[in-house]
Amino acid sequence: MLLIEKVGHYYSDHMALEDVNLEIAQGELVSIVGPSGCGKSTLLRCIAGLVRPSQGQISLNGKEITDVPDNLAVVFQDYSRSLLPWLTVRDNVALPLRRRGGSKAARRAAAVDALEAVGLANAAHKYPWQLSGGMQQRVSIARALAYQPALLLMDEPFGSVDAQTREDLEDLVLRVRKRGMTILLVTHDIDESVYVGDRVIVLGRAPGRVVADLAVGLPTARDQITTRELPEFVHMRAEVGRLVRGNGQTFNPGPPFSS
Amino acid sequence: MTEHNPRARRLSRSGRWLRGAAGLAILIAATEILGRSGIVDRSSFPPASDILARAVGLAGDPDFQTNLLSTIKAWALGLAIAVVGGVPLGLLIGGVPAVGTALRPILEFLRPIPSVALIPLVGLILGAGIRTESTLIVYAALWPVLYNTIYGLQDVDPVAKETLRTFGFGRLAVMWRVSLPAAAPFIATGIRLAAAVALILAVSTEILSGFGEGIGIFIAQAQSGIDSAKDVLAGTVWAGALGLIINAVLVKAERRLFRWHAAQSGGRS
Repeated sequence: MLLIEKVGHYYSDHMALEDVNLEIAQGELVSIVGPSGCGKSTLLRCIAGLVRPSQGQISLNGKEITDVPDNLAVVFQDYSRSLLPWLTVRDNVALPLRRRGGSKAARRAAAVDALEAVGLANAAHKYPWQLSGGMQQRVSIARALAYQPALLLMDEPFGSVDAQTREDLEDLVLRVRKRGMTILLVTHDIDESVYVGDRVIVLGRAPGRVVADLAVGLPTARDQITTRELPEFVHMRAEVGRLVRGNGQTFNPGPPFSS
Repeated sequence: MTEHNPRARRLSRSGRWLRGAAGLAILIAATEILGRSGIVDRSSFPPASDILARAVGLAGDPDFQTNLLSTIKAWALGLAIAVVGGVPLGLLIGGVPAVGTALRPILEFLRPIPSVALIPLVGLILGAGIRTESTLIVYAALWPVLYNTIYGLQDVDPVAKETLRTFGFGRLAVMWRVSLPAAAPFIATGIRLAAAVALILAVSTEILSGFGEGIGIFIAQAQSGIDSAKDVLAGTVWAGALGLIINAVLVKAERRLFRWHAAQSGGRS
């Protein structure tokens, strides 16, 4: 579904991504993990069509991405800035549906359905700023769900919530994936990348490139306690952890200040 | 317990009113004493009670009502044109970088010209009356509206704009759905500032042009009448009251419309 070929991107003073090649199939839930500043977010922005990569190309269903593709939704880390404070929760969720047409009543009904799916049906008439951070991020997720995108991109979606909320939201992602969309989740949290993903892509230090592409051998039904004590989970998080830290692997980027 | 709540330490609503009223009472008492004791010449500086009584009396005077209405009309017309023109122009300058760079030098040249200095010029071209008055009001009131729109747009959160873009909204739709509402509180403040400037221009134009209708005309003509100081000051009280009412109404409207803005900027810890 999504094909990333030889993608590189540099900003005026530094290289953010270099020679990234990936293929992602329909319905996959892929975690992209890497140290901070490795270009994870840049890669996501390239896929979203917000940034045009300096090199290589990205295509969605065989069509090169030159602008924001249709059928795409992004959940940003900064929920408080991504939601519109002058609209109620329901109207925030209903707004993107304008792109899909349909009557106002139908859009609002779809919004309420999506809010129900994330457990916020009774917050529909509140304003985003009246909700806690975790609830606001649920609203962002509901907004993406209501839109029913083929591809859902999440950029550090749980980076600004507390640990308990984070676990709840991870499980929410596992639930919503059953709707059949392809999900790309960018995170710097190693445990999260393993717990949520079917596949973990590890990006190395800047300029980011794919260091490893690992299949997660965990059962589809997961829960925060038992999944995390499975030998496969423990093993995998250690492996990803070593890769992210950049030791215990054949590829060695060398000391950072050598050149 | 109450220490945790900073609001509890502030004066209550009636308390603030009471303090404001006390300040006003002291001022009135002071002018009263100055005027009645003969420290200042009573005919050139009448006591507050005389001025206020005259101001109240003017409210029932049909001639003065015509003047008041005429000023309000010119003010409203000028302000409306400034808003209807200033907001879209601001959106264009703030939203389309090419237009912004092209117009900036012209704006930077025009802006420092005090609008009052243009009264003789515009009066010469358009003659005395509502056309001159409104033209000058438009010119003066345009700046706060225009600049607050431009700065409001610069302050719009890029994440909010990108969110809508990723949902496939085009530039114009993002402008309409995100940038304009996000900038609206700034624009409203600009309009409130413009409303005050517009009133200043309305009254000054009237005073300087010297004939026609308006509070400024009343004040200018009162100068040469009997009881001149009392009439001039009573007219001034009306101009001030008008400004006060306009400001209060607009502040109230802003609070009501932009509850989200106050909640967001004040509610963040």
